[in-house]
Amino acid sequence: MYKLSLFIAVGLLFVSCGKKEQSGDDFSKPTTEEATATKADPSTYDPNRGEGKYDKVDLGATLDQAMAAEGEKVAGVKCTSCHKITDERLVGPGWHGVTSRHQPQWIMNFITNPDPMINKDPKVQAQLEICLVRMPNQGLNDTEARSILEYMRKIDGVK
Amino acid sequence: MKNKFTKAILTIAMGSALLISCKPKNSGDAVSGDAAQKAYVAPGKYDEFYNFVSGGFSGQLSVYGLPSGRLFRVIPVFSVDPEKGYGYNEETKPMLNTSHGFVPWDDLHHTEMSQTNGEVDGRWVFGNANNTPRIARIDLKTFTTKEIIEIPNSAGNHSSPFITENTEYVVAGTRFSVPADNSDGDVPINTYKKNFKGHLSFVKVGKEGQMDIAFQIQCPGVNFDLSHAGKGKSHGWFFFSCYNTEQANTLLEVNASQRDKDFIMAVNWKKAEEYIKAGKGKLTPTKYAHNVYNESTHTATSEIKTQVLILDSKELKDICYMIPCPKSPHGCDVDPTGEYIVGSGKLAALIPVFSFDKLQNAIKNKQFEGEYDGIPVVKYEAALHGEVQKPGLGPLHTEFDGKGNAYTTFFVSSEVVKWDIKSLKVLDRVPTYYSVGHLCIPGGDSKKPFGKYLIAYNKITKDRYLPTGPELAQSAQIFDISGDKMQLILDFPTIGEPHYAQAAPADLIRNNGQLKFYKLEDNKHPFVTKGEKDTKVVRNGKRVDVYMTCIRSHFAPDNIEGIKMGDEVYFHITNLEQDWDVPHGFAIKGASTAELLIMPGETSTLKWNPDRVGMFPFYCTDFCSALHQEMQGYIRVSPTGSNVPISFSVGTNLPAPTQK
Repeated sequence: MYKLSLFIAVGLLFVSCGKKEQSGDDFSKPTTEEATATKADPSTYDPNRGEGKYDKVDLGATLDQAMAAEGEKVAGVKCTSCHKITDERLVGPGWHGVTSRHQPQWIMNFITNPDPMINKDPKVQAQLEICLVRMPNQGLNDTEARSILEYMRKIDGVK
Repeated sequence: MKNKFTKAILTIAMGSALLISCKPKNSGDAVSGDAAQKAYVAPGKYDEFYNFVSGGFSGQLSVYGLPSGRLFRVIPVFSVDPEKGYGYNEETKPMLNTSHGFVPWDDLHHTEMSQTNGEVDGRWVFGNANNTPRIARIDLKTFTTKEIIEIPNSAGNHSSPFITENTEYVVAGTRFSVPADNSDGDVPINTYKKNFKGHLSFVKVGKEGQMDIAFQIQCPGVNFDLSHAGKGKSHGWFFFSCYNTEQANTLLEVNASQRDKDFIMAVNWKKAEEYIKAGKGKLTPTKYAHNVYNESTHTATSEIKTQVLILDSKELKDICYMIPCPKSPHGCDVDPTGEYIVGSGKLAALIPVFSFDKLQNAIKNKQFEGEYDGIPVVKYEAALHGEVQKPGLGPLHTEFDGKGNAYTTFFVSSEVVKWDIKSLKVLDRVPTYYSVGHLCIPGGDSKKPFGKYLIAYNKITKDRYLPTGPELAQSAQIFDISGDKMQLILDFPTIGEPHYAQAAPADLIRNNGQLKFYKLEDNKHPFVTKGEKDTKVVRNGKRVDVYMTCIRSHFAPDNIEGIKMGDEVYFHITNLEQDWDVPHGFAIKGASTAELLIMPGETSTLKWNPDRVGMFPFYCTDFCSALHQEMQGYIRVSPTGSNVPISFSVGTNLPAPTQK
């Protein structure tokens, strides 16, 4: 009996130590951003919307020329090393036709938050089998991403 | 049964630990059952503390996790590092410039983290160069060396880089006294007493960390060994240990160990500031380098400065005071309250502890026993709080746990001894393997120590690890000091020779705004290439500038022709990636420098003088994607006078259909 209670007492000690470590300072945990990026439930993934912060993107009836020009500039720095504006593949697929293949919110989510979508999106995974290079996160802010989308529309013939 | 057995083992272990406490012989004795659990950090989990450990004669700073002892990074500081291109690429070469020109190596002895209100604040770590005197500032957002300042009028910058409680100053005290830079150094060595001077340097640290020598104090020619700033009530004072007060210039082993007492020098730096304001400083010609790395141009510049303000400790009587301290004091450590100053006479069999209040009284009441080379010497008893009797042999360094205890290392008797600061009673002792030098408790020399772990840095490891030829690893040992008794929980080998180290809670540093990549839009490098469309190769006489980009997984351009023998080629490579943890490397066959290792968004430059006509491949050295092995290119080198024009391309230089 004594031995048993000693065993339990020791066990409790271990448990309380373990708990303390988990609920105390978070030095033993990975950062939250990494945790949320990988832990979302794949069954809730919407392949039309993609994963990220954009639900709906308002597109103008006509092209915003200034915004498209800005997008071309940003793409020159961050995108066109790997993407041609024709339908020809370089490192990644060519951009021609991209705005008819995907919803605008999908494009915005993908170019600002590629990693979780590479893990989940069936179309992106099919592309990865062809290209073999995961699209890097190029740190686009909202304005840059939106201007690139406008540039893509220009490539696809929106006037 | 099991219980009895454990008890028996413990008794034997404790008994043998006692027996060998003077000279430990058997490496396994001091470890008890739950040590592994205490040092274990599971895969994927983070350590509790960062540990910044001096790399000694490697010249670098290493970063470990505590309590796991895992090595995260070696930060190049005073020595070139071909792995990172440090000191080899054009951008960082100026960091190692000195008044002697480019110096590729030094000996980094001590580390000190920046503080605010006496507490470690996680912004920077400072390191000292012990050979060609310098102080470096390492930024903890990037884990890179941002600034190096040379210290004039000095030789062997040992009592450095200790700081004041708000990082107002980082100090440098010369280990060798030498003739001042503006005097004739071409004198007989045995005129030491007449011609040799010791200079203490106070380097001002600005809000962004920028260093500037505010003033130097010229002192008698002795060896300044270590130092620490006062804190709390003693803020405004600095304490330096001095040995060789015999002023010997040969066989110091014997000749500098003659006197019963040397000194701890107390320096009233607030008073010194007043004298500087009052114009008492003398602007004196000298020459020293100040090197700064600019984060937006990704480039370091080196400036040679030509004068320094000097205060004379002989003339200005109330800046410096000598406190007698037994037998060649080494460590000079101030407790968290700022009241107690511990002097470790490395040849003494006791530890004197001085009281700041008593020192102030002694100075006020002029309780002096005379002068040393023009500096008042306070009576030993008048400043003494008390002595720790028979603590061990060869005391070196002391750190504190914030609970009223001090921990001192003993080199000769190879142990760490815990003692009570007020009562001066020895409370515990543990053997180290072997011959401990420095020690570190996270925050252990600040106002707010985190008294959970103590790390001992040992000089000797004979029989501790698998042998590796004549040179063996130096090592660290972690002790759990959260209980009454110190408990050894882990050994780990270190790079170079570890001297001082600092440690801080992991969150303080990992949440300090860690840089994940350089933003391309903020890249102001004069040779940046923002996008493949801007890549080019430009000839200007014999100089050829290659504006190249890289991204997973190709270089642009990757075919270059028209380079000729005698050309000086500069590859300016911009990494276009904008994500964490995606550096690209660049290496070219036969280059006499090193690789480039280019962080995301960074531009880095490799200078190359082709040494023969022919084809030179280059490739990415840092595995970057599934197509990393495809990340390569060619440069064609033609003879001098060849008419092959400059051409460059990526993806277009395809074979002609009729080519053989």
